[in-house]
Amino acid sequence: MNLTLHIWRQKNASDPGRMVRYEAKNVNADMSFLEMLDVLNEELTLKGEDPVAFDSDCREGICGMCGFMINGVAHGPQRGTTVCQLHMRRFKEGDQLHLEPWRARAFPVIKDLVVDRSAFDRIIQAGGFISVSTGSAPDGNAILVPKPAADLAMDAAACIGCGACVAACPNAAAALFTGAKITHLAKLPQGQPERYQRVLGMVAQARQDLFGSCTNIGECEAVCPKAIPLDVIAGMNRDFIKASWERREEVIEKGAG
Amino acid sequence: MSSVAADSHVHRAFHFYQESLGKKVVMAATGVVLFGYLVAHLLGNMQVYLGAEQMDNYAAFLHSMPALLWGVRALLLISIVGHIVSSIQLARLKSAARPVSYVKKEAIASSYASRTMMWSGPIIAFFVIFHILDLTTGAAGAAQFQDLRAYENLVYSFRRVPVAAFYIVAMVLLCMHLYHGLWSMFQSMGVSHPRYTPIIKRAAAWVAILMAVGFISIPISVLTGLVGANL
Repeated sequence: MNLTLHIWRQKNASDPGRMVRYEAKNVNADMSFLEMLDVLNEELTLKGEDPVAFDSDCREGICGMCGFMINGVAHGPQRGTTVCQLHMRRFKEGDQLHLEPWRARAFPVIKDLVVDRSAFDRIIQAGGFISVSTGSAPDGNAILVPKPAADLAMDAAACIGCGACVAACPNAAAALFTGAKITHLAKLPQGQPERYQRVLGMVAQARQDLFGSCTNIGECEAVCPKAIPLDVIAGMNRDFIKASWERREEVIEKGAG
Repeated sequence: MSSVAADSHVHRAFHFYQESLGKKVVMAATGVVLFGYLVAHLLGNMQVYLGAEQMDNYAAFLHSMPALLWGVRALLLISIVGHIVSSIQLARLKSAARPVSYVKKEAIASSYASRTMMWSGPIIAFFVIFHILDLTTGAAGAAQFQDLRAYENLVYSFRRVPVAAFYIVAMVLLCMHLYHGLWSMFQSMGVSHPRYTPIIKRAAAWVAILMAVGFISIPISVLTGLVGANL
């Protein structure tokens, strides 16, 4: 099939960028979307032009590296799928496809379709961890986890941090990502000691990185390649309210002083 | 010791409200108050179908308790200010969070109502100001406005077609605002459950529609002569 691509080309972070039109000829329907771009890039390279930069790693839909907007939808038209697992059979002859990078203040464009998602790493550093004692390996089942809690934690832990939720959100909020990471650990016994510090830290970090505010509209849930539900955002809100109520630091500091 | 406690209250409130999640809780809590008032207001208004005497007696009854009346008005004013201030602060975060907009962006899951809260809200606020000037103080009321003659004031006001039309438009927007807001307040307060959230969403939609139908029925009844034909 033959497609017309309109791709966001931006040399570097300071370049204003623009949409450039490319013709993709004789696209094989069995190719993945990224393979189609690989072919385009080979042609561009042979012509001496700069190939289109995009992120990818595993190409199995599990690493979270890839992702861009296809016709205004994060990861393209297929639900629950990263763009590397999207195949050209989803498109038809003559389609016009607009490819754009994730757009958010917190995700500055590095080049073309590649954005810097370090802001997600900073949110994780602000609380997305548990503390474990070193030493000999603990017994596998020493800490019991109820099956429903394990399932809910696993659902939330499926988040691969691709950033599609932020990209799809009209407010560029990181609520689904942050909520997934908080819920993942909040459901497990291992996550309890730091549970309320965690939510305060991660929520504050998301604000400092200039992510927007959630308006509960559900665009994030719809584009999430791991189909993580809005429920995790409510879980984050719940923990945030509880953590705000229970914070005692100021009182303790003054009392001890 | 008391100064330590006072310090920490301010501190805690500051920490809470500093986060967008805290502002959303304020949105939700003030939304609950405003919704509660709407329900009471609709039930009060429905007495228009019971005749002038009933309606005017109800107005007199409310004004017979000035402490309660002004207490409720103060609570509503605080809620409206809280709702508007936090919404403006949240909207500013939104524009700061995406300085470069998409060339092409599709909404694939969200309702039209949920994406237009910052349009429906301000228009409703503007309507409320007009509505108070029209039917409470009479400053923008019909020529025949008389204090506490609720029934007559309402009929004469809605006989002005532009006023009735503005009222109907505002109520449609209110319906949209409630359609999203009524369930969204649960989510903002952390109440979500895969079994109950769909029920809450459906209930929110029905309540929003029924309330709009109830309010809109009044100007329609006046314009069709169903209410106030004897005036």
